[in-house]
Amino acid sequence: MKTVWPLLAVLALAVPSSAEDLTQPLAPQTQAWSFNGITGTYDRGALQRGFQVYKEVCAACHSLNMVAFHDLAAPGGPGFTEAQAKVIAATYKIPAEPDDKGDIFDEKGNRLTRPGVLADHFPPPFANEQAARASNGGALPPDLSLIVKARQGGPDYVYSILTGFNQNPPHGFTIQNGKYYNPYFAGRNISMPPPLSQGSVSFSDGTPATVANEAKAVVTFLAWTSEPQLEARHRIGLQVLAFLVLVAGLLFLSYRKVWHGKPEDEGVVHDLPGSPTEKAPVGDPDTLSGG
Amino acid sequence: MAHQSSYVPKTGFTRWLDQRLPIIRLVNDSFVTYPTPRNLNFWYVFGGILTVMLVVQIVSGIVLSMHYVPNADLAFGSVEQRIMREVNYGWLLRYIHANGASMFFLAVYVHIFRGLYYGSYKAPREILWILGVFIYLLMMATAFFGYVLPWGQMSFWGATVITSLFSAIDQVIPNLGTAITHWLWGDFAVGDATLNRFFSLHYLLPFVIAGVVGLHIWALHVPGNNNPLGIDVKGPQDTVPFHPFYTVKDGFYMVLFFLVFLGFVFYAPNFFGNPDNYIQANPLVTPTDIVPEWYLLPFYAMLRAIPSKLIGVLVLVSSLLTLLAVPWLDTSKVRSCRFRPLMKQLFWIFVADCILLGYVGAQTADAAWHVGEAELPLVWLARLGTLYYFGFFWVLMPWIGKKEVTRPLPESIAQSVLAKGGH
Repeated sequence: MKTVWPLLAVLALAVPSSAEDLTQPLAPQTQAWSFNGITGTYDRGALQRGFQVYKEVCAACHSLNMVAFHDLAAPGGPGFTEAQAKVIAATYKIPAEPDDKGDIFDEKGNRLTRPGVLADHFPPPFANEQAARASNGGALPPDLSLIVKARQGGPDYVYSILTGFNQNPPHGFTIQNGKYYNPYFAGRNISMPPPLSQGSVSFSDGTPATVANEAKAVVTFLAWTSEPQLEARHRIGLQVLAFLVLVAGLLFLSYRKVWHGKPEDEGVVHDLPGSPTEKAPVGDPDTLSGG
Repeated sequence: MAHQSSYVPKTGFTRWLDQRLPIIRLVNDSFVTYPTPRNLNFWYVFGGILTVMLVVQIVSGIVLSMHYVPNADLAFGSVEQRIMREVNYGWLLRYIHANGASMFFLAVYVHIFRGLYYGSYKAPREILWILGVFIYLLMMATAFFGYVLPWGQMSFWGATVITSLFSAIDQVIPNLGTAITHWLWGDFAVGDATLNRFFSLHYLLPFVIAGVVGLHIWALHVPGNNNPLGIDVKGPQDTVPFHPFYTVKDGFYMVLFFLVFLGFVFYAPNFFGNPDNYIQANPLVTPTDIVPEWYLLPFYAMLRAIPSKLIGVLVLVSSLLTLLAVPWLDTSKVRSCRFRPLMKQLFWIFVADCILLGYVGAQTADAAWHVGEAELPLVWLARLGTLYYFGFFWVLMPWIGKKEVTRPLPESIAQSVLAKGGH
């Protein structure tokens, strides 16, 4: 091993780094999230406030295609009652199924709609990608169902983007036409205008509607839409790992007993049932290369 | 099996069965009385772990395929919407399957390095080793096909990059490479047809692996296990029956392995994953960095280390085929590195080399290290690493085997164990 260590030491000294680059995004700000750690759960209040922020702010441009209204009342979620989820669903207009004449448009050519039910998913704000781009200066607001898992840095990244506006760009940095400066975004030019501001929403639980509070709440909500089974996963995980530790302990005792309970002399296998000892040829390595 | 059978059927039925289909005898001789060297250490538990991991992957995969839809428009939703949100414990199956693949490779790498260290590929175990290399190649193909199935961005672009490697053949025979690539895709680009055939192959190959694993175990049980001393078993005093000695030892370490595996499943299920794969495949948007799964990174680094695509592909292929020649490249009469002071060092440098190549494979193509004022482009590190990879097998192994002064081998396994005041 003598020859290996100097080489490794040289490699360890050679720390990767890169020159100062104004288009390189900053590392996300690390936040304390209630759902971190092995016993982490979603902060129920933050989930409900975050849902409010999504509904009143984000939903203007961002879809949430994978989330159904019944999810709002599912265990491990925002904790709305089924009745509340029904009321929330009914406030959304869902494209209706064909009526009894087979029409999906009314006389004026408008798409027929009906109130949402629990089985419906959140309807997208735009009819299709082209419509979304047309309304957003050519940029496509991504679907938010999986956004926290779909970005390096996860919740910290999404939080940093939401709170990373209104900073002065460094000297020599050009903000492209129709874009905004956000140092946490790749290239630092982002198409999304600052979505949150002081008092964007009014929280009914008395939480002050600061940008930080709004961002924290909506990121918690989006972490849940990305990973709705997290609480069950954390709970079952503890049970499974505790069980395995127990099994490991029992197997270790058996292992010790089996290996240390046997005779030390050459008659190792004499006492064991099904022993091959009597029949196995002994002493000729050529005919017994391995067993 | 190589050792004489000691099975004696005890009941009328088992006697009747034994004369017609001696399956109980087979199991008894293979996994109960099978004489196993008494000095196998921790590094020998991974064979059993791998067998169990194959079963875990097949069982979880079969259930996942009941809910998965191999269609370019529906695949992403069938995983992220249906399996992850709607199917009961679908998230658990998916995370077991995805992390299981990583754990499978972790175990197989330990298993391969262990074989290299103790010379387990040397006569009379050449075929055992070669079958193992085939299993490894099949695993890589299966894992590649499987990674494409969720149809995320990395699935799509990984499939595009890897299948496009065949177009390098164009440099030898014009248009042949492109023709092969189109034939593999079933289209003029990676798309629905590609996804469908990859799903079919991803379902098929694990059963091929299971078959080759059967041959691998057969080829193990004829000469019997190698052991850390690398010397032959000379008599029953050198062995213990597989059960209970190794069933309990393998079982204990298997549970420890599962603690790590399920620790990832429950508490860091996306640790080995790439966030880009949570974005649905989009042929119009290329991710900034296309990175394969970690277990393929050393080979990816070798591929990128070569400026010529064709030669890069040839290097990639030969790096794998080289493994098949290992039994004949090693000229040493001594199996185990315990008695090969020089080879032992070269082996550990080789391990470090593979890790280094894996690290470089994970970085961007133009990444560099800065040591003071000097800049070291990582591509040169990859070239150095590639050189050592091939040099280790094709130059050092044959040469050192003849030159090296090995340490004296013990008389027998039993003597060595007792001398240590063994078990």
